[in-house]
Amino acid sequence: MDVANRKNIGWYLLFTLPLLIIFTIIVIIPFIIGIYYAFFEWDGINANPKVFVGMENFLTLFSDERFLKSTWLTVLFTVLSVISVNVVGLAFALLVTSKLKLANLARTMFFMPYLIGGLILGYIWQFVFLDVFTFVGEAVGLESIFFNWLLNENFALFALVFVFTWQMAGYVMIVYIAGIQGIPGELIEASKVDGASKWQRLMRITFPLLMPAFTISLFLTLSYGFKIYDVNLSLTGGGPANATELFAMNIYNEIFGYGNYGYGQAKAILFFVIIAAITLTQVYLTKKREVDM
Amino acid sequence: MRILSKWSREILLIVVALIFLSPIYIIFINSFKTRQELYENTLAFPEVFGFQFYTEAMEKMNFFSAFLNSMFVTVVSVVFIVILSSMTAWMLVRSGSRISTIIFMTLIATMLIPFQTLMMPLMQLVTGITGNLGIPLYNTLSGLVFMNIGFHAALSVFLYHGFIKSIPISLEEAATIDGASKFGVFWRIIFPILTPITATVMILNVILIWNDFLLPSLTLVDKELRTIPLSVFYFFGEFTIEWNLAMAGLTLTIIPVVIFYIIAQKYIIKGIGEGAIK
Repeated sequence: MDVANRKNIGWYLLFTLPLLIIFTIIVIIPFIIGIYYAFFEWDGINANPKVFVGMENFLTLFSDERFLKSTWLTVLFTVLSVISVNVVGLAFALLVTSKLKLANLARTMFFMPYLIGGLILGYIWQFVFLDVFTFVGEAVGLESIFFNWLLNENFALFALVFVFTWQMAGYVMIVYIAGIQGIPGELIEASKVDGASKWQRLMRITFPLLMPAFTISLFLTLSYGFKIYDVNLSLTGGGPANATELFAMNIYNEIFGYGNYGYGQAKAILFFVIIAAITLTQVYLTKKREVDM
Repeated sequence: MRILSKWSREILLIVVALIFLSPIYIIFINSFKTRQELYENTLAFPEVFGFQFYTEAMEKMNFFSAFLNSMFVTVVSVVFIVILSSMTAWMLVRSGSRISTIIFMTLIATMLIPFQTLMMPLMQLVTGITGNLGIPLYNTLSGLVFMNIGFHAALSVFLYHGFIKSIPISLEEAATIDGASKFGVFWRIIFPILTPITATVMILNVILIWNDFLLPSLTLVDKELRTIPLSVFYFFGEFTIEWNLAMAGLTLTIIPVVIFYIIAQKYIIKGIGEGAIK
């Protein structure tokens, strides 16, 4: 090895090693020991033994009713959220790209909730559901719609979808705006000349050309939705009666609440596998369908 | 006719936006009301602006200390993330070796791992390191900074990587011929060119780190180390019933975010767009 080459390797290590060492300690090593823990039964107390149980933790998952219910709720929540976040986000994007004078101001306002952060948003909406909803319900007389959703086992999940949409719609809007602005103006002009109606233009030109933006938004909302924790914690805390204990919270409670470190970690590994599977499939599927420009 | 319909569309747009943000308005106005007023009408404007709940909330949340902790963790983490990930990304792009590709792919792949998968083993590791090696990672702000760097490395390297690929190599070659070291080339020539993507990396990380709750809640135990999300969480745990106080507390936590948004609005929207699309 000549001197110049050795010098280059020296520089390479100097530039990359600090970050890579930190990254390895914080992400790679915990990931590996996490897989190891998933095959043991352990209560998290160092003095107590870790008992090797093989695949048992993973098999128990399929008969754990609280976990199965939580899985189903998470799927339901994610599906509803993906739809509602994308519909609202796309509507906002179409609104603020319509050349209105107040469009920029509106865009700024729509994006605001995303910045505040899930934990605080949940607390804000706790009050809105508790006080404003009941107030409006009494005032308008629509008490079957406007009541405290958080106390109702069926509606609490919708409340979560509602708040999550409020948080994420502005975020997804930004992605759609970029997509809409990327559509060449001549294409729109040409279709006008050809006599296409507004609706036809939207369906035949705007939407198909928005497929890349759609891929990204779907990907983002799917993984954010599946991983929701902060809003879940501050808005409902998993209640009433575990009716909104979603996946991430179930794992947290299993490990740090019930002290089932090994079993909880098995759930956490499964969580990773599911997240990786959906996001990869989704990206693969939508990439295939994208329209080439 | 056309003008009228244009005007009504403007009004419609702003009404939609106002309704959208009404929860923040509700929190804000109710934070000034007396308890009596709050129960009479939630939506009405307060008769007198009283700040008594603010002083009380500040005290109970230990707001200034939480604010300083959040500031420290966010600023220091972001500075390190920018320095370390831009250097790493540059080397990975320019060396073009197979090992660089493997490192880059590994970084990208780990972006799929949810925090919940890592939290328990990470805490085992971190408390182990603190207890056995005496390196204070657990229950310290600098330890949290260290973990933030690790968790946000992948996204930041990824963003820098994409940007650096588009910079022509001829610039660097000229400097290398002039005898500048790699270090000099990077900091004098490359890093200034990276400014737009550095802004994006900073914005994304500031938002993620400032609002982060779960990681700080696991690693910070002492009361005086609490960041803003942590102090809000414990505040709500203790004083849920007193909504006036709670709303003053919430408003306090939103104010820094709003100020940040007003100052850096252009960069935030641009940064979020780029961060999401890439």
